[in-house]
Amino acid sequence: MYGYSGRILHIDLTTRKTWVETKPEAWYKIYIGGVSMAARLLWENIKPGCDPLSPDNPICIANGIFAGTPVPVGGKYGLASKSPLTGFMGDSLSGSWFSVALKRTGWDGIVIHGASAEWVDIFIDDGRVMFRDARKLLGKGTFETEETIREELLDDQVRSATIGPAGENLVRFANVTNDGRQAGRTGHGAVWGSKKLKAVSVRGTRGVVVADPDTLMKMSFDITQQAQGPYTVKYRMLGTATNVLNMNKLGLLPTRNYQQGTFEMAEQVSGEYLEEHFKVKKIACAQCPIACEQVSAAKPGLYAGAMTGIEYECLYANGPNLGIGDLNAVIKLIDVADRGGQDAMSQGVTISWAMESFERGVLTKEDFKSKKYPDGFEPNFGNGEAAVALAEMIRDREGIGDLLAEGTRIASRRVDADRGTESYKWAMHIKGLENPGYDARGLKTFSVGLATGTRGGCHNRSAAYDPDIQGEVDRFSIDETRGRLAAENEEYAAVYDSLPLCKFIRRCFTGKADRAGAWPAIAALINATTGWNFDYDAVDLIGVRAHTIKKAFNIREGWSRADDHLPYRWHHEPMKEGASAGHVVTEEELEYLKDLYYEAKGWTKEGLIPKAKLIELGMEDVAEEIGV
Amino acid sequence: MVTSTSRYAYIACDATKCVGCQLCEYICSYTKTGEYNTYRSRIRTVRVDEILITAVACRTCEDAPCVIACTRDALKQDPETGLISVNAERCDGCAWCIEACDFGAISINPATKMAEICDQCQDQEDGPQCVLWCPKDALELTTPDQRAQKARRKLVHEEVHGPR
Repeated sequence: MYGYSGRILHIDLTTRKTWVETKPEAWYKIYIGGVSMAARLLWENIKPGCDPLSPDNPICIANGIFAGTPVPVGGKYGLASKSPLTGFMGDSLSGSWFSVALKRTGWDGIVIHGASAEWVDIFIDDGRVMFRDARKLLGKGTFETEETIREELLDDQVRSATIGPAGENLVRFANVTNDGRQAGRTGHGAVWGSKKLKAVSVRGTRGVVVADPDTLMKMSFDITQQAQGPYTVKYRMLGTATNVLNMNKLGLLPTRNYQQGTFEMAEQVSGEYLEEHFKVKKIACAQCPIACEQVSAAKPGLYAGAMTGIEYECLYANGPNLGIGDLNAVIKLIDVADRGGQDAMSQGVTISWAMESFERGVLTKEDFKSKKYPDGFEPNFGNGEAAVALAEMIRDREGIGDLLAEGTRIASRRVDADRGTESYKWAMHIKGLENPGYDARGLKTFSVGLATGTRGGCHNRSAAYDPDIQGEVDRFSIDETRGRLAAENEEYAAVYDSLPLCKFIRRCFTGKADRAGAWPAIAALINATTGWNFDYDAVDLIGVRAHTIKKAFNIREGWSRADDHLPYRWHHEPMKEGASAGHVVTEEELEYLKDLYYEAKGWTKEGLIPKAKLIELGMEDVAEEIGV
Repeated sequence: MVTSTSRYAYIACDATKCVGCQLCEYICSYTKTGEYNTYRSRIRTVRVDEILITAVACRTCEDAPCVIACTRDALKQDPETGLISVNAERCDGCAWCIEACDFGAISINPATKMAEICDQCQDQEDGPQCVLWCPKDALELTTPDQRAQKARRKLVHEEVHGPR
């Protein structure tokens, strides 16, 4: 078998035993890699209904098919566990050297079971597995942990995926970091922390061999050249932060906890302003010729020393969404998140919930006491210092940070239950996962993509804002095409997430990003790597299957139609100003859109998957368990 | 930056352009061994910290210390090109050359236990493959003299027109 070793490594932290599972080639053809394979491993290895922070929730790591080869942007791996934020499928992707080093160890995937009694980190040295005492790493930030491990093991090419203090403290939106990149969403860091697992390090010294190297080299060279041209200019120049002004113009830039869609200081937090005043260097993931990571540093002053990569999603959440117009503070907030090891998006949206709760009197100055501020502080929107204090308190679970570390959904429910308030009305999450930087009131197709998303409020799994923003449809109204558009869009994204390839390469194959433009080239790359005979339809099925296994997981965990919801605010509060003013997504609209979407997927009206559909996809055992 | 004082050409990396993608390592190992394995690359990317990233290959020093250090006379320097060749018959992988190299540009192949050194792809028609592939044009085959000329031109340009 080319492209795979056929072997999955199982590690039990409770017993410290390891074993090897072999998988047939047919299995890989269905669950090809990344998110798809990670989700499938989770399906196979979890005890359904378990507490996400219990030993029964395994960590599933699945590598990419192209990792370790010159195929551009193929250096990515998928990570899956049951999410402590949503209680449903928690799947994330991360790029860079970890996946490449993992490839060379010869393991296609790793499943980590159980929980350790003492803090531990795992070192996978080609075929060997070592359990190391991780107590001396406790409290260290993500980047520092990686560096320390590399120094201890005396090898530059050792790559580690780690958690920071946030993961140690079981912050529900803590994440896993490797090489400065994050498997960012759905709270993997808390799962690792619950197992007392500080890091997984890999050293792979074995070469990667592909079926048809001549074709692979030629195609990779051409794509690498294309990636220096106009198709990636957005990512190479300003990075995704360029979206700030675009979203502001469309009235979709979440501002002050989604109370507004435009930000009066948008210029000062724009990608253009960042480029001019704060940019230090552009860097790349391993195997990536684009280099979109915009490393930026705060200026001398209050936030001096803060430096990290800035992307649109983290920027909107910790900038406009908090009413903050000072990029120094925004960089500091994202720096705290990245080094502390927590999801900068969920961090921003949770803090914005706290700020609005404070401004509405649900929380008071008394609630915001800390060691640094013994008399409490006033976290109004725009107060950068207060926001930084809250981010650090969440990371350390200090004071009210202990509540906010539970995420927006649990925090709002707990406060409402204790105080008889209605702060759920401005808790901006879907299924417990905090929302991305697009206000769905002005994006009707996206609204159903978001509501039905298997991992909650996420722009990566469904990019159904595309037809809305590109003007393919009227973004303020609904019609019978929207269910199909949302379904097609998420299945398209799932192909990239399962290879995985970074979506930023999507136009570099032929200039066109649609299926017709990309699938033939992707099929050729898969065939050159594995020696298989994938065609357009087979590539298309990758996405359908990946999405189906995630949905099936949610159904087995008790999902019902009511779980596909939007935040209260988007249903009941029309957008106040800007280009999307006056719009909401009514509950009737959403229910109609859900009907259309389930129908387009070939599911029942209740959103369940027919047995026949699953069997058609080659997922007989799944049909047996959850098919109707 | 530490540079060789050699008159010979070598593969230089502009650290301001290098993004750390590691493609040079894949391409090098594939060209030389037919497999993708950064442990078998003769050029190495170095990530010193989050933003300080570069790549290093043999600097073709004059009176190369690695050649002098070799106790078995396995290394030889071509007087024309400055390239270091390894005699497979003689090399026993003792790694003295690695210790002698100020640039960390020599490695031992884990499979053959022999020293491997950049030969600027003498066997390839279109020259060093890493230079050909580098997506950011950070790599070039150059000499210290050419680099000095470039630096002078850049300096004058900046003094007259201001930085970039």
